Amino acid sequence: MAFLRASSPHTHNPNTTHRVMREVLLATLPGVAVLTWFFGLGTLSNILIACLFGLGLEAAVLKMRGRPIAFYLKDLSALVTAVLLAIALPPASSWWLIGVGMIASIVVAKHLYGGLGYNPFNPAMVGYVVLLISYPQYMTLWLAPENLSVQGAIFDITTLFELVFGGLASTTMDGLTAATPLDVFKQTAGLTAQDIYAQKAIFSQGLFAGAGYEWVNIAFLLGGLYLLMRKVFTWHAPIAMLVTLALFATVFYDAGSSNSGGSPLLHLFSGATMLGAFFIVTDPVSSATSNRGRLIYGALIGALVYIIRVWGNYPDAVAFAVLLMNFAAPFIDYYTVPRTYGHKKAQRATHTGGQ
Amino acid sequence: MTEFFVIFVGAVLVNNFVLVQFLGLCPFMGVSNKLETAIGMAAATTFVLTLASICSYMVHAWILAPLGLTFLKTISFILVIAAVVQFAKMFIEKTSPLLYRVLGVFLPLITTNCAVLGVALQNTNKVHTFSESALYGFAAAVGFSLVLILFSAMRERLAAADVPTHFRGAAIGMITAGLMSLAFMGFAGLV
Repeated sequence: MAFLRASSPHTHNPNTTHRVMREVLLATLPGVAVLTWFFGLGTLSNILIACLFGLGLEAAVLKMRGRPIAFYLKDLSALVTAVLLAIALPPASSWWLIGVGMIASIVVAKHLYGGLGYNPFNPAMVGYVVLLISYPQYMTLWLAPENLSVQGAIFDITTLFELVFGGLASTTMDGLTAATPLDVFKQTAGLTAQDIYAQKAIFSQGLFAGAGYEWVNIAFLLGGLYLLMRKVFTWHAPIAMLVTLALFATVFYDAGSSNSGGSPLLHLFSGATMLGAFFIVTDPVSSATSNRGRLIYGALIGALVYIIRVWGNYPDAVAFAVLLMNFAAPFIDYYTVPRTYGHKKAQRATHTGGQ
Repeated sequence: MTEFFVIFVGAVLVNNFVLVQFLGLCPFMGVSNKLETAIGMAAATTFVLTLASICSYMVHAWILAPLGLTFLKTISFILVIAAVVQFAKMFIEKTSPLLYRVLGVFLPLITTNCAVLGVALQNTNKVHTFSESALYGFAAAVGFSLVLILFSAMRERLAAADVPTHFRGAAIGMITAGLMSLAFMGFAGLV
């Protein structure tokens, strides 16, 4: 009779990679819906193209590496990377732009490092930064929210095709795009916050952080809270990031003068803040491991986001801040090893003893 | 005070010597396999860089410039750096024989670390004063140390990763450095 001896841990948990990834995809739905509501079909075309590239590249690389293709495709991790990159890109991006981004994400950032679970950098953010550095003129062309754009154009299939596959006249393009709230705030350095809010349509048509953008962030916040409730990640990293960002914004708000860095509400509900806080910063592979480490990791991301947004060249900085802290995460882990139950003091990670 | 802050942030983050100016890549790749060695190398390089920056300023401002021999600056800086490195080598050999053995050939190789010569030459190009030169050398070293130490912690993790055979070791290290350099471009415009 075979006597089965299983090694620890003995608890059973249905938390498979497939299930976690499915929850993350589900949680992006409110954000995707609101993005589509305000910015048109471009978000959906982004996601479709990115998913096709994602699955194709993943399968191709797995085949080259001689790994089981169907097994790894079923864990949905390539789809999560694809959806996150597609959401981060301007709506209705060209197909080749998305393709280049997905090559950087899936091939370079993920599989060159050994695939799922080994990537030291968040793949979607690597793809985004590669595109932002290489093709700034395409990456800064955000479509205007629906009420500031040409009537009905963003829901028009022909326009969408021309945007994605090329052939749209540049004059039509100008009518469809507009600067993002963070960009507007950065470009109008001489005005007080009150004047910017009154004069610029993107702010005067919105409630507190730019028409459309504020609702997109609220939707991603809801999706993030759902993931938090389902215990997909702990609260430490996202909350630390948001609190630090709000703290910096409050300190440097300067009562809305012309030197103001922007109100805390603008920083929390504009740009990629909520998407970053709940879907990017919480990446279990590329972030710090312990809870204390995640607090430090999240807080430093919040600080870097504010510093680069306000004093750097780029209007939004979530991708840069996340990559910079991905770089620092192993070092943070090294010095934040939690105390093991029953032991006195935590040892540093690589100190194995027995010298 | 502001100009010192600008020099410091500029040299540590915005124009980081390793990831933005691509100077000093050999120790960056060579000594980053273990965190503890990297910390030792960072300390040694900080010592050498700051001292070499000060010494080469003195040589340039007090000897070469008055005599009109500034065309000799490169070769005389190399001489100054070699002397400072020799001093650092003797110092480490006496104070920490273990670190001396661990660093091995990379310790004398600080002489050929292009970041050290780069700082000395940039000091003359940017017409830094004595205190600015000292700070610039120190800030360059802080930037170098920061990147080297973070990179070594990451490489310890990469050593355990399932990297495809052809990309193991230095290749994946170079790719990581490239991705990091992309991330450091985010600091552009800070100062």
